[in-house]
Amino acid sequence: MDESLPEQGPLRILIADDSDSDRLILARLVERQGHQVVCARDGMEAVECFREHSPHIVLLDVMMPRLNGMEAARQIKVMAGERLAPIIFLTSISDAQTLARCLESGGDDFLSKPYNRVILEAKINAFNRMRLMHRTMSHQRDLIRDRNRLLLSEQRVAKRVFDNVAHTGCLDAPNLRYHASPLSIFNGDVLFACPIPAGGMHILIGDFTGHGLPAAIGAMPVAEIFYGMASKGFGCEDVLKEINQKLKRILPTGMFCCALFIQADFHLNQLRVWNGGLPDGYLVRHNGERIKLPSNHLPLGVLGSERFAVEVDVICTEPGDALLVATDGILEAENADGEMFGEDRLQDAMAGCTGGDDLFDSVMAAVSQFTGDQGVQDDLTVFALEMVDEQVLADIPSGLPQSPLSGATEWQCVYELTDRTLGQFNPLPLLLQICLEVPGLRRRSGEIYTLLSELYSNALEHGILQLPSEWKISPEGFGQYYAEREKRMSETVGHSIRFTLRHTSQEQGGRLEILCEDSGKGFDYRPCLAETCSDNKYSGRGLMLLRQISSSLSFNDKGNQVGVVYDWKFT
Amino acid sequence: MPIQTRRSDDGRTLTIKIEGRFDFSTHQTFRDAYEHSDQGIVNYVVDMTDTTYLDSSALGMLLLLRDYAGGDSAQVRIENCNGDVRRILSISNFEQLFAIR
Repeated sequence: MDESLPEQGPLRILIADDSDSDRLILARLVERQGHQVVCARDGMEAVECFREHSPHIVLLDVMMPRLNGMEAARQIKVMAGERLAPIIFLTSISDAQTLARCLESGGDDFLSKPYNRVILEAKINAFNRMRLMHRTMSHQRDLIRDRNRLLLSEQRVAKRVFDNVAHTGCLDAPNLRYHASPLSIFNGDVLFACPIPAGGMHILIGDFTGHGLPAAIGAMPVAEIFYGMASKGFGCEDVLKEINQKLKRILPTGMFCCALFIQADFHLNQLRVWNGGLPDGYLVRHNGERIKLPSNHLPLGVLGSERFAVEVDVICTEPGDALLVATDGILEAENADGEMFGEDRLQDAMAGCTGGDDLFDSVMAAVSQFTGDQGVQDDLTVFALEMVDEQVLADIPSGLPQSPLSGATEWQCVYELTDRTLGQFNPLPLLLQICLEVPGLRRRSGEIYTLLSELYSNALEHGILQLPSEWKISPEGFGQYYAEREKRMSETVGHSIRFTLRHTSQEQGGRLEILCEDSGKGFDYRPCLAETCSDNKYSGRGLMLLRQISSSLSFNDKGNQVGVVYDWKFT
Repeated sequence: MPIQTRRSDDGRTLTIKIEGRFDFSTHQTFRDAYEHSDQGIVNYVVDMTDTTYLDSSALGMLLLLRDYAGGDSAQVRIENCNGDVRRILSISNFEQLFAIR
């Protein structure tokens, strides 16, 4: 801003005329109207005076020595830059060609000689109004430009913070593909993936109502909860409940998050899927069969905890099966004619695809081709996952920062769950956390989780509930197994499971001893130990795993107490 | 007007009729439609006969109406949805919260 708003007092007016008498008459007229006058005798002087005094309005004779009025006008306009300095030509000429040239050179109007006092005053006032209006507009434009620049830079910083929170997971894993708009923070789409201690990963694709910062702010706690709980070993149901409760509490009514949650288990070859408000996801089998994963829940943040439903669909898969999920941006992607991409085109794009890469590339190509010059719109997130052999993913880094604190190395604890808590509470994240306080063990969270979870499910399902693991041989049996598990769980009273954990440090590492004791009848473990591992055997895999991971596996005589010793070294 | 309201003869039911696109631009008008209505309304009907499109912020507005009308005990019916509108409502499983016909 060269001048502050608003402006008071007389105007400074430059009069340039080589005729002394004409100049004097005009100067007197203008002064009498209350303005300050600056005089020049030719074009050169006029340009000089303009530079020196920056007058508000310029009255310029057309014909002058050294530099004529038109050339002076040109130079003055260049000097004025963005500022509006109205130039009125003084002339006795009435030749249309010349008058037109005056305007082309930068003049704004004419005043004909001899001067008329009333017209002169009216023109000065009119141009002053225009000048002030121009100044106000420039001022407001600059203000908007500055604010916008500030807003954009704030958004850039916000986006960096957001990316650090949202993309710390394992989205780069070899079996995942995704498209997220580069400005995803501002369209309310989120995509998180995190390896879980049990092996496999949690994935969340979400679409917040609304756009801009409100949506991004909602995304932050979701990311924190998701990564925090997933890396600690909570199952998808627990993570969903927690996120839903948080969003319900912090978001205003009317704002919520449509989401699809996937828990992928590459060891069991199983997907657990929860869809609340996103378009159908698709599982494309390696033989081409397609299975819809429709939304059968309300979005996150709508219902209170007491009504929120976390029933997930459990799907058995095989390596090579692929999953495709997209936000509604895919169905609503428009072509030049305003048509939407829609369900049918999506189905067509998936036809004949095998594997995650093929599926992802084919769908993205179809959308790009459809939208053509429009480009793929901003509010589109597409995600594909391929079921693979777990070895492929053996070393995905969690991408999460390690705690800088040194932790416990020598300790022992006993943790016992009794009665109803057995069926309602998952103790594994808690127990895992205790173990991971040992520096160096965090890198082995997968193995430790497996030990704890195999011991726990063995104690609960076989020890207490007495479920026969042979049922799990067929898919139908699988269902029967879990239905029966549910039923027996609700009938169980007076039982308990006790974990005794002990850690001691050793040279270059440590030893973790886990003893798991249940109140069940026990079982004859000997045949299980005697058998060698074979792929076609469905039961007894838990014990095999325990034996492989630990350095020793022992049972008491009754078979209701299992102990493992896990020796580890710093790597 | 894209939104029209009508009160039943007994004064207990308020019908809100939405024409064209039901999205964020209708936010204020939609709120005014039920917040400025007289006391004594027990039932709300959202008439979608002439609604061509519904976006997620409209879903949010429906939730606001539901809260205003008493939350879990609200009596809100959504009527005469076309195919697209119906699809969006059912993807979000709004049948669980509203009577949709």
